Amino acid sequence: MAVAQELTPTSYIGHHLTNRTISLGDHPFWTLHLDSVLTAITLGVIGFGFLWWVVRGATSGVPSKRQAAVELLIDFVDGQVKGVFHGNRAFVGPLSLTVFVWVLLMNSMDFIPVDLAGAFTSNVLHQHEWKPVPTSDINTTFALALSVWSLMLFYNVKVKGLGGWMHELFCTPFGSNPLIWIFNILFNAVEYISKPLSHALRLYGNIYAGEIIFLLLWMWAATGVVGSVFGGVLALGWAIFHILVVGLQAYVFMMLTAVYMAMAHESH
Amino acid sequence: MNLNVTMVAQAITFFAFIWFCKVFVWPQLIGAIEARQKHIADGLAAGEEARQTLHRTQEHVEMTIVQARDQATDIIGQAEQRATQMIEEAKNAAKLEGERLVAGARAEIEQEIARAKEALRSQVAVLAMVGAEQILQREVDPKVHADMLANLQRQL
Repeated sequence: MAVAQELTPTSYIGHHLTNRTISLGDHPFWTLHLDSVLTAITLGVIGFGFLWWVVRGATSGVPSKRQAAVELLIDFVDGQVKGVFHGNRAFVGPLSLTVFVWVLLMNSMDFIPVDLAGAFTSNVLHQHEWKPVPTSDINTTFALALSVWSLMLFYNVKVKGLGGWMHELFCTPFGSNPLIWIFNILFNAVEYISKPLSHALRLYGNIYAGEIIFLLLWMWAATGVVGSVFGGVLALGWAIFHILVVGLQAYVFMMLTAVYMAMAHESH
Repeated sequence: MNLNVTMVAQAITFFAFIWFCKVFVWPQLIGAIEARQKHIADGLAAGEEARQTLHRTQEHVEMTIVQARDQATDIIGQAEQRATQMIEEAKNAAKLEGERLVAGARAEIEQEIARAKEALRSQVAVLAMVGAEQILQREVDPKVHADMLANLQRQL
């Protein structure tokens, strides 16, 4: 561990929640969280590389077990998207698949015990303060949410035209009377601002909180044999419960993506 | 919890992965799944069609069997009729033949009788002559009595 001086609970938790940063410029904005970006890219390359590897040998005849598993995943995503999005899924399908697989993999980094991940990153990669879970970095979740949001705006304009979208902003949901335009635009503004916020913060909050609970349990494990046993048992319990959280948050993120895209394609 | 350029980097990564999935993963596998679905649907349709064809063929076969049975019954009936007829005809022919044979035999017998009578007739005259000769002992001259004997022979 990097903190060789004194290991207090605060320093332990703080240490594990600190991102490895590099600076690309003077302003604080130009700080890059190297750990989030590289872990996310690695996971994406592994995940989508695996899918590509399976899909490359895909046959429309009798599928192998490997292909059947991937088909199960893609069919699941396609089925969920089909439920909310009525139209050509040539883009929304792969978008939802990307979101689901990537978020699931990034969330799953939570299952690796933090100090094990820390041992790997500090001793093998020689990188200290490496936060292994990209989705517990708010930059990642906002990047995803705002990307989906931008796509939503893009498809709003593309499908309805700028005029159509403006008409929707001004005339829904309360009516097209000019007197209530202001209420409509306020309502829509709140909706358009709350969408990426709730989208990003829901995922971030769940994963971040999960990580903190793990950290508290591991901290307890540092207090002695009894603490180690109970900490280990509770961490196992939390990890099992966390499987639900990880899967559910990935699923929710994917569904919201599909729903937002559907709302962009459907006019009121 | 500070927003910075990481967000931009992650967004770029995100779009790169979306593009990758859209180009290299999604269409191929969805295509394979849809092709298989079509294949299965076609197979099921073909199976259904074959089932119906089988059903129709079975009906046809049953009909043919019934027809064949009817035909066979007809043929057997006709054959029996014909057999009876042939037996009847044979009987008649035999009867006629028998009658003809009997008639022929009877005619032959009558001819024989007539011939025997004729022979007897001529022999009776000779016997009478011999008898008379024996009785009369030379007194009778055949030449003298020839006319008388011939007359007698005619009367027999």
